[in-house]
Amino acid sequence: MTEQEALFTYLLRLGDDLLILSHRLGEWCGHGPVLEEDIALANRALDHIGEARNIYDHAVKVEGKGRTEDDLAYLRNERQFVNTLLAERPNGDYAHTIVRSFLFDAYHLPLAEALTKSSDEQIAAIAAKAVKEAQYHLKHSSDWLIRFGDGTEESHRRAQQALDEHWTYTGDLFVQDEVHQAMVKASIAPDLNTIKASFDATVDRVMAEATLKRPADGYMMSGGRQGKHSEHLGFLLAEMQYLQRAYPGAQW
Amino acid sequence: MSDDNKNNWPLWEIFIQSKRGLEHKHVGSLHAADAQMAIENARDVYTRRQEGNSIWVVPAGAISSSQPDDSAMLFDPADDKTYRHPTFYQMPEGAKYI
Amino acid sequence: MTDVTNLEERFQAKIDAEQKIEPKDWMPEKYRKTLIRQISQHAHSEIVGMLPEGNWITRAPSLRRKAILLAKVQDEAGHGLYLYSACETLGTTREQTIADLNSGKAKYSSIFNYPTLTWADIGAVGWLVDGAAIMNQVMLCRTSYGPYARAMVRICKEESFHQRQGYEVMSVLAKGTPEQKEMAQDALNRWWWPSLMMFGPSDANSPNSADSMKWKIKRQSNDELRQIFIDRTVQQAEIIGLTIPDPDLKWNEATKHYDWGTIDWTEFNNVVAGNGPCNKERLAARNKAHDDGAWVREAALAHAAKKAKRKAA
Repeated sequence: MTEQEALFTYLLRLGDDLLILSHRLGEWCGHGPVLEEDIALANRALDHIGEARNIYDHAVKVEGKGRTEDDLAYLRNERQFVNTLLAERPNGDYAHTIVRSFLFDAYHLPLAEALTKSSDEQIAAIAAKAVKEAQYHLKHSSDWLIRFGDGTEESHRRAQQALDEHWTYTGDLFVQDEVHQAMVKASIAPDLNTIKASFDATVDRVMAEATLKRPADGYMMSGGRQGKHSEHLGFLLAEMQYLQRAYPGAQW
Repeated sequence: MSDDNKNNWPLWEIFIQSKRGLEHKHVGSLHAADAQMAIENARDVYTRRQEGNSIWVVPAGAISSSQPDDSAMLFDPADDKTYRHPTFYQMPEGAKYI
Repeated sequence: MTDVTNLEERFQAKIDAEQKIEPKDWMPEKYRKTLIRQISQHAHSEIVGMLPEGNWITRAPSLRRKAILLAKVQDEAGHGLYLYSACETLGTTREQTIADLNSGKAKYSSIFNYPTLTWADIGAVGWLVDGAAIMNQVMLCRTSYGPYARAMVRICKEESFHQRQGYEVMSVLAKGTPEQKEMAQDALNRWWWPSLMMFGPSDANSPNSADSMKWKIKRQSNDELRQIFIDRTVQQAEIIGLTIPDPDLKWNEATKHYDWGTIDWTEFNNVVAGNGPCNKERLAARNKAHDDGAWVREAALAHAAKKAKRKAA
């Protein structure tokens, strides 16, 4: 594996997380619990898809094979997507959606902050824009998680349940394989242990305020970065890619 | 507030400053459980197109308003006091910077 | 005490002098009721309208289209929100207004009871449905009720990209593969007549129109707006090589307008009455969102109350 190949894979990981999560959030559009929140979720989805596009745009240039952002999004199959498992979790109830976003945001913000210092100038520039968005995302999802935890009995129960279910997927966020190590060595990506420390601190702070219990770090699911996904991803892609697959080569 | 309204988020009036140095202008209203949420909702609802620099939120119930019936009494007396406007005064021809 | 006739005269005088009516002004009860009905229907249309388009967010064929569609449907939520707020200045609550929608008591634009079957429908909805809506909305920017007019100004400003993106979708399809062009023509065929119905019954059969015109809630009649829409859209269809599905469509040199065929009012009345292809799904989706969201809204209130109590203590 050359450094260029590793960089391309790393960019796919960054981009796929955001695209898949954005797709999930887009599923809420028109079905949110209150109008104001419908708008907030769409904003978040738009931020994610915008960042994903910037990353894909960089990725296709790094790859240098003349592919486009849409080729990456619409013409790769299940095993070629390398998003983290958390991103593809189904929406569930609003507590599941908020917890999924919160856990991702608690990882995404320190990651984006670290990437502003990436030796890859393009990544650093994309991250500089993403930091501001990620700050707002984390605030939004933490505020809601605190409302749920410290709200009604029902909301507390739902939030705790969502946390317990999602927790096992958080390990996948911090897997450092050969690709990642190559990125760290080239000062392109941060050591994920530092991101994990920040993630832990955020989780502890919000759990305390939300009066929720941080789940124990038991067995963690992993495999997303190797393209080993849950069954959910296949359905998501089937829906997302349908037009591009049904009409090969057509312009839209 | 009526009974069937007590389970609903209160209404907030939203004021947005579009640029530093300008006034905060009323842009509309929205619902939120508390002031903090009102600010966040206002950001998402009323500043999607770079309209915002600063946000004020005010509980709708906290706003008192003059009554339309009083408007003659309140505002008409200013009509004949045109000497409050600079154009009321005649300046000697040729005078500068005044 | 002032008698009602006198108040009504003063009210009408204000309207005739092109002054806006504001929430605290005296207004005839029927003016208030007409506005509540119209603004809430308008708000509901924005919200229900999110559903047929939202359908395609997860299937949009490119990342660019996905982002555009998401931003557009999000705008509709915003527009619904502005309108519910305008409605609240008339002494209703959003909760009551939404309850009327969810129970099936309130109406919304029937166009949204038609299904979006293919991607081209997203183009057709933007081009035709938003195009028809904009005709009304531009007129409503000058409506006599201040909060409604202000909401419409904001909406019109934001809406201007909606029709353009729809027309862009259609034009790309129309010059795409034969299959894509067929898809575009098919969507135009299905959405054309329902779009014309959006302007409402013809003036002769429009029960609320006379008062609305007198009170300057409306400023142009249904038929006038419909004709302008047809005149503009025919030319746009020609440019992208699509055919308006109306064999009677013909330019009339004398009137300087297009003559056109007849609307199937039986279909219109049936869709309004709840027999359209998607009436039940739309209402079910709105009810589900509302019911599923109840615990979320309660939790936020409960938390706000706890926080306020702690702060006071």
